[in-house]
Amino acid sequence: MSRFWTRAQPVAAIALALVVIGIPLWLVVVTAGKSQGEALNPDLSLPQRWQLLENLRQVWSDGEVPAAFFGSLLVVVPTVALLLTFGSMAAWILARRATRLNAVLYALGISGIVLPPAVVTVVLLLRQLGLAGSAIGMIGVYTGIYLSTVIFFVTGFVRTIPPALEEAAQIDGAGPVMVFWRIVLPLLRPVLATATILICLYVWNDVFYAFFVIGGRLDTLPLNLFRVASAGLYLNNWHLIFAYVVLMSLPLVVVLAIAQRKIISGITGGAVK
Amino acid sequence: MAVTSAAVRERSPVRPLPAPDAPRRGAVRRQTHPMWFLAPAFAILLVFFFLPTLFNFVYAFTDWSGFKSAINPVGFDNFAQLAADGTLLRAVRITLVYAVLVALFQNLFGFGLAVLLERDTTLNRVARIFFLVPVLMSALAVGYIFQALLKPRGSVNNLLGIDYAWLGDTTWTIVVVAVIHAWKWMGLSMLIYLAGLKTIPEDLIEAARIDGASRARAFWSIRFPLLAPAVTFNVATALLGSMNGFDIVQATTGGGPARTTEILNIFIYRTFGQGLFAQATAMSLVLFLLVALLAFPVIRMLRRREAVL
Repeated sequence: MSRFWTRAQPVAAIALALVVIGIPLWLVVVTAGKSQGEALNPDLSLPQRWQLLENLRQVWSDGEVPAAFFGSLLVVVPTVALLLTFGSMAAWILARRATRLNAVLYALGISGIVLPPAVVTVVLLLRQLGLAGSAIGMIGVYTGIYLSTVIFFVTGFVRTIPPALEEAAQIDGAGPVMVFWRIVLPLLRPVLATATILICLYVWNDVFYAFFVIGGRLDTLPLNLFRVASAGLYLNNWHLIFAYVVLMSLPLVVVLAIAQRKIISGITGGAVK
Repeated sequence: MAVTSAAVRERSPVRPLPAPDAPRRGAVRRQTHPMWFLAPAFAILLVFFFLPTLFNFVYAFTDWSGFKSAINPVGFDNFAQLAADGTLLRAVRITLVYAVLVALFQNLFGFGLAVLLERDTTLNRVARIFFLVPVLMSALAVGYIFQALLKPRGSVNNLLGIDYAWLGDTTWTIVVVAVIHAWKWMGLSMLIYLAGLKTIPEDLIEAARIDGASRARAFWSIRFPLLAPAVTFNVATALLGSMNGFDIVQATTGGGPARTTEILNIFIYRTFGQGLFAQATAMSLVLFLLVALLAFPVIRMLRRREAVL
């Protein structure tokens, strides 16, 4: 490394982070602390009087944050649980039984990584099943969309695990359910952590599929942000929009601060090998 | 953005396990690895993924709408109508332009950040986390932030001392929105490029330096080509992610000005909201075919480039 680079690099890194990330985040925080009049035309100036807490409180009740938070959890938690269980069950068989049929099933199983889901007709199908607008319908749709990702990840991972461990348990008389539950699943922990991080990221922040499937009959955090903002843009309530953004992003920032190492290795896990 | 990081890994061992005496082994496997383990996953895939996709091919050719209950086949009418008023071609063109721009910017930014923050100093670690914040944030929130920043009398114009309608230009706004999309996801590309740079052994570069290669030469002729798997992954995810994009465009321009940023998913959302379900389905089918036609050749091409190295 040249001496110039060693000197200049920290300065460049700090400057870039401050301008590129710092300014947008600064705008969010100061605007969320302003009164409606001050926030009419959001800028980078400090609020004359900080009223962040009042704004947060107003959004909390007007934006129905508790209900939306609960709605988001109601969708995300079962989705992750289903994806991890069913995805790794399928991936285990697909990785261990190399038949021609399984090669075809694997190709079908991972096709959803590339192919976009049919958002319009899924609504029709859910209506026919009586699941339109319900949490169960939403969970089913998310699970259908992201199963491909999980199957792809976990199958690749299972192939790197030697089968000897399973065989030892089989010789001791364990059936397939036992082997899967007691031997295979614990070994999959790293790849399941990766998958969980990614799925949470996508599902927690999704509005597009939620628009179609839920259509206002269940609150989730992003859907409510959209509602607050759509009303707010009309009324110029920038302080409330950004108060909602603060409220919604806070859990993620806390998780990132605590688990950054895990998240970084999770996101990059297996990408470049 | 359903594609995840393992995309590049697949080129390593995907071979089936060695089966010394296939028939007996198959019989044993049938007991130790029963096929019914596949059932729940594939049942969900069938109902919530394949069936709607199949429906796409049916309902795109009907007059399904929110205004009447009967659904009748109409042949290619929806497509003819969309093609006749130019919507079809325009939406496809805008989606492709958007996808290419996002792939370009996201990779440029991500690569630049990875090179800048490559060394494992404390400062760099902290900076990397900073650039990861947008990745975790909701895309909708990102869109609103930039809508506020880029208002005609907003902060960006104030800082630059100009008066430009960033989100109101019928020619350049799509570029601005693509940059915003790239801003949100550049942290992800950065991480992938960083991981790629880590896998390149130091002695390769040392050898080149001893042979008299300049620092720049060693970088571009040795390290950069060895990043091919990371490039493949990043380009593929950026293309797929932006073709399926919605939130950022919706939150910044909503498809405007004059529908010049109306990518396919915005069109689908808008027509669906108007009750024109068949038109929305037809466009959804167009998106499906577009991605299917483009994604596989692009991935194959990038893979081939990897294989040459």
